[in-house]
This record gives sequence, C-alpha cells and structure tokens, in this order.
Amino acid sequence: MEKYLTGLLGWVDERFPLTANWKAHLSEYYAPKNFNFWYYFGSLAMLVLVLQIVTGIFLTMHYKPDAELAFASVEYIMRDVSWGWLIRYMHSTGSSMFFVVVYLHMLRGMLYGSYRNPRELLWLFGVGIFLCLMGEAFFGYLLPWGQMSYWGAQVIINLFTSIPFIGPDISLWVRGDYTVSDATLNRFFAFHVAALPLVLLGLVAAHIVALHEVGSNNPDGIEIKKNKDPVTHIPLDGIPFHPYYTVKDIVGVAVFLIVFSAILFFAPEMGGYFLEANNFIPADSLKTPPHIAPVWYFTPYYSILRAVPPILNSQFPGVAAMGLSVMVFALLPWLDRSPVKSIRYRGNQYKVWLALFVISFLVLGYLGTEPTNIWGQFSGSWAEHLDIKERATWAARLFTLVYFLFFALMPWYSKIDKTKPVPERVTG
Amino acid sequence: MKKLILMLSLLVPLAVLANEDAALQHAPINPNNQASLQRGAKVFVNYCLNCHSAAYMRYNRLADIGLTEAQIKANLLFAAEKVGEPMTVAMNKKDAKDWFGVPPPDLSVEARARGADWLYTYLRGFYRDDTRPTGWNNTVFDKVGMPHILWQLQGQQILKVEEKLDAHGEKAEMHTLVLDKPGLLSPAEYDGVVADLVNYLVFMGEPAKNQRLHLGLIVLLFLGLFYVIAFYLKKEFWKDVH
Repeated sequence: MEKYLTGLLGWVDERFPLTANWKAHLSEYYAPKNFNFWYYFGSLAMLVLVLQIVTGIFLTMHYKPDAELAFASVEYIMRDVSWGWLIRYMHSTGSSMFFVVVYLHMLRGMLYGSYRNPRELLWLFGVGIFLCLMGEAFFGYLLPWGQMSYWGAQVIINLFTSIPFIGPDISLWVRGDYTVSDATLNRFFAFHVAALPLVLLGLVAAHIVALHEVGSNNPDGIEIKKNKDPVTHIPLDGIPFHPYYTVKDIVGVAVFLIVFSAILFFAPEMGGYFLEANNFIPADSLKTPPHIAPVWYFTPYYSILRAVPPILNSQFPGVAAMGLSVMVFALLPWLDRSPVKSIRYRGNQYKVWLALFVISFLVLGYLGTEPTNIWGQFSGSWAEHLDIKERATWAARLFTLVYFLFFALMPWYSKIDKTKPVPERVTG
Repeated sequence: MKKLILMLSLLVPLAVLANEDAALQHAPINPNNQASLQRGAKVFVNYCLNCHSAAYMRYNRLADIGLTEAQIKANLLFAAEKVGEPMTVAMNKKDAKDWFGVPPPDLSVEARARGADWLYTYLRGFYRDDTRPTGWNNTVFDKVGMPHILWQLQGQQILKVEEKLDAHGEKAEMHTLVLDKPGLLSPAEYDGVVADLVNYLVFMGEPAKNQRLHLGLIVLLFLGLFYVIAFYLKKEFWKDVH
C-alpha cells in the first residue's frame, strides 16, 4: 500500500511540485519558536476568509439581487431555506469577526515591527487585503436592502461627490443611477461575490508567498535566519511550521470558534452592532433614518470624516482625511526609523504613542456609532463665539489629531527613542 | 421650552430604535410559554392581519408554537387557502396609502426592528386625540396613522398633560395616560393580551430562534471537548521544542 501511494506521489511529483510545495510552505518552512498569543490571528483570518467564501456561496444560491426581491429573499433564507438562518448568521457574524481578527493581526504587526525591512512588501499586500476587505464589507452591506444598507450606501457614495470637479460624475458612475437603486444593488452584488473575492484571494496568496520568502517576524523582532545551523542551514530558533504551528493554531481555532459560536448562536445581532435594528426595515428611498451610522468596524473612519470641518463649504477635507486615515498604514515601513523592531526593546516614547493611537482608534470607533450630540454641548458665550458646539465632535477632533500625529511624528519619536539592547537569539 | 420639546420629540424615534428610552415599559414576555404564543397568534390573525401582512411568515410555521395543521386550518386560516401560504392581506398598497397616509408595514420582522418593549408600550399607548383624522394618537409614535384597533378591549384613554416642577426646579410637562371609558377587559387583562401579542410578534420575527439556542449549546459543548483534545495534542507535539 505504502509503495503504491509513494508511487502515486512520485507520479504526481514528476508532473507537479506537490512535495516540494508541501515542504517549502509547511513541513520545512521554519517559523520562529517564540510566537505568542498575537500570532494566532493570521491563521484565524484565513479561517474566516474560507468561512465567508463557503457561506457566501450558499447564500448566493438563494439570494435575489433585485431591489424588489432582495429584502424578502434574505427573510426567505432565514425562514424557509434549510439551515438558511445558520448560514446567514455565520456570514453576518463572520464579517464582523473578520475585522476583529484583522485589526488584531494589524496591531500585532505594529507591536513587533513586522512591517520593517525586509517585510515592507508583505505589509503592503496586507494593506491591500485590508482595503479589499473594507470594499467587501461595504458592497456586501447593501445586499440585505434594509434601511441601513440603503442609507449607508447613499452616504458613502455621496462622499465621492465632494471630490472637486469630477466628484458628481464619479458618484453617478459608481451608483449607476441618480439615487441608490436596483442598478446599484446589481453591481454591488457583482463586486461583492465576484470581483473583490478574486482580488482578495490573489492578494492573500501574494501575502503568503511574500511571508514565506522573507520568513516570519517574531515577538523579539529578530531575524532567525541570521543564526543558522552551520551543517543543516536550518535556523536555530526555527521550528517546522507543520506540525508545530498547525497543532498550535488548531488550539487557537478552537478558542476562536467558541467565541464565534457564542455570538452566532446566542447574540447574532450583538446588541445591534453586528446586525442593526434599522436593517430589519426594508429600504425606503423616501424615509431617511434619523441616525445613520456604519457598522462598528467602519466607525473610527466615519468619526474622522465627521470630525474634520468643511473648508470653503466643501466636505472634501473630511473625505480626504478619512481616506488618508486608512491609507496611511501603507507608509509605516518608511515612517518607522527605530533601530529595533519589537516593542519589547523600544523605549517609552513609542509605547506611549502606540497606546495613544489604540485609545484614539477605540474612542473614535465608539463616537462613530453615536450621534454627534451624544455628550451634549458646550455652553457659554465663548462657545458661541468660537463656534464650538458639540463636545463629542471636539473629542473626535482631538483624537483624530492624535491618530494622525502617531504616524506624522513617527520618523522623529521612533528615532530619538531610547532602546534596549536586542538579544542575539529569541527569548521565551 | 417649545424648542426643547421639539428637540425631544425629534429624539424619540431615535431613542426608541436604540431601545434606550427610559419611558418604554418592559414587555413581560416569555418565548417558552406556548399558550401565550398561541393566544398571541390568535390576536394577531384576528386584529392585525387585516391591514398588516406578515408576508415572510407561512401559516404552517405556527407548528413551531405547538399548533397542528388542523388547528391552524380551523381557527386561523381566514385570508388564505392552504397552510403553506404566507400571511398576506388583500388590502392593496395604494388604497392603504389613501386611507392611512402610509401603507401599514409588513410585520414579519417588526419586532426585530422595534424591539419588544417598544411594541408593548406602543400597543398600550393609544389615546383619544380629536386633532387626528383617525381620532387616535400614541405616546411613543406621535401622529401615528394607525387607529387603535384594540380599543374595544382596552377602552379609551386620554392624555393628561400637567405642568410640574422637575428636579432642576424647571417647569416640565408631565404626560399621563388615563382610562376615560373602560373597555371589555380590565387594564390587567388587556396588558396580558398585549403581552401575548408581543410575544407572538417576537417569535414571528425569528421563528428559528429556539432551534438556534438549542443547537448553540450542542455546538459549544462539542467545541469545548474539541478544545481539550486540541490543547493536549499541542502539548504533546511541543514537548520537544524547548
């Protein structure tokens, strides 16, 4: 039997590099042995990606991308399709959990300097994946054709209108109509189920190929390839990805699935954060909801959009700031001038800035879910005089500033920051 | 003052949708009480399902709350021929718009959009208002297009408006509903009917909910076991690493 199987494998290997790929990417891909908690989120992102694709395929079998039928077809899935409710909740929970996992994965990169030389391109592919994911979420959110779907899309597409000169034409071109309509729904469906998944999969493949070319970073930010066994040329601090990290990631998968299932089965709406109450009202182009907010994973950027005041009656500065707040991650490899990669050996300046950045991100995220008058208004003549009104808007402005300063000042504070000596070999 | 009231009234739909309005009464519903769900279904079919459809709900799904097909056919099937049909109504949208200003919304997922507490407060919050074309208004849905369908059961309430000093010593309007003419039911009985109806509406919003909760426990138990096995598997493999 074994001989027969080896024979089959040999037959394949002569025609396709099966064993070679298995070795290169799994059994002889040497990963640092000191991965910690933060290193689960890469494989988890991959798991959620597969989950989204598989559940998405089954949803596509029953969903109708038609303004007249879309809302009803989602309810049809929830009620009449066998296990339809489970598939739909997996997909809706999956979209939010995708962002949870990806945000933590990105924060890991920032903690341990995973974007630094030689991993700049790897990081850029990652930023591409993040952008793609935001596109997927935005296009997908229109499909249930509820009030929030409709008005959220309306607001976001209208943002393009503020681009000088070509803005109105761009919005019209994206929408395919003068308001969000059946034409918009159809093209968003095409983007959501065909165009972006293809780009996403390509980028994920490139992300992994780049990772396996340069090798994984680790919590110490040390290149394990610098210390190889003189005979075998295997990194001394490296262990084969398979079986060590495959079995370890399975533990991560188990924990993740427990959290995922707890939400999916016991709180699929997650208090209105994963599925919004307003989205159970069918889209109505004549009735604007009193408070339009995007889903939680977009709210930090939405906050930034609202925080930037219009200049010369144009909302464009806000739109530009929001775009920049997402794109700025791509610049990290060139903004960071620290001699060390990992936060373990950095000084207090970087630690404080990173903490401020995370706090800003969270506060902006919270403020984006609420109306701007949530914290009331400043009173007194000075407030009138300075046109200072909503407190929450001013808080958002402050945290927007901190958000951008984290990036803008990085070339300086990362350079002058005191660092600790980096050990030769990985610790722990 | 007027400005404040205007502002507050603008905030009401917002707060209501967020389920944060303190003025909402807690709906005393129990999704496991089949008798209550069945009574609620009866009220729904008799009173609501003339103007409001529940087009995503099929009659035979009422089997989930313990009704047999024969029971459904005999007692609840007024607007359809077969138990497999969805709960639609004959009223067309254009007529409905002429009569009520807006067509009555489909109620299949109304409980998920509004929340149980809002529905409970709404259905108990109708009062006489001669300035409205229907003669009715509502405490949580100002200028509502819908007349008080359950008025024979509840009777007629009026809204008493008093000016009182609030905690900050400022004049504030206090609104209280007072039962002016009693209906067929006592207030407690009426509240029970409304609770049954809301219970049913919540069930109808997500008929698979019970199955979801039940399956969830099994899945979590399985994953718990899976975690233990995965943990020891990892431990075994990693023995040789350090």
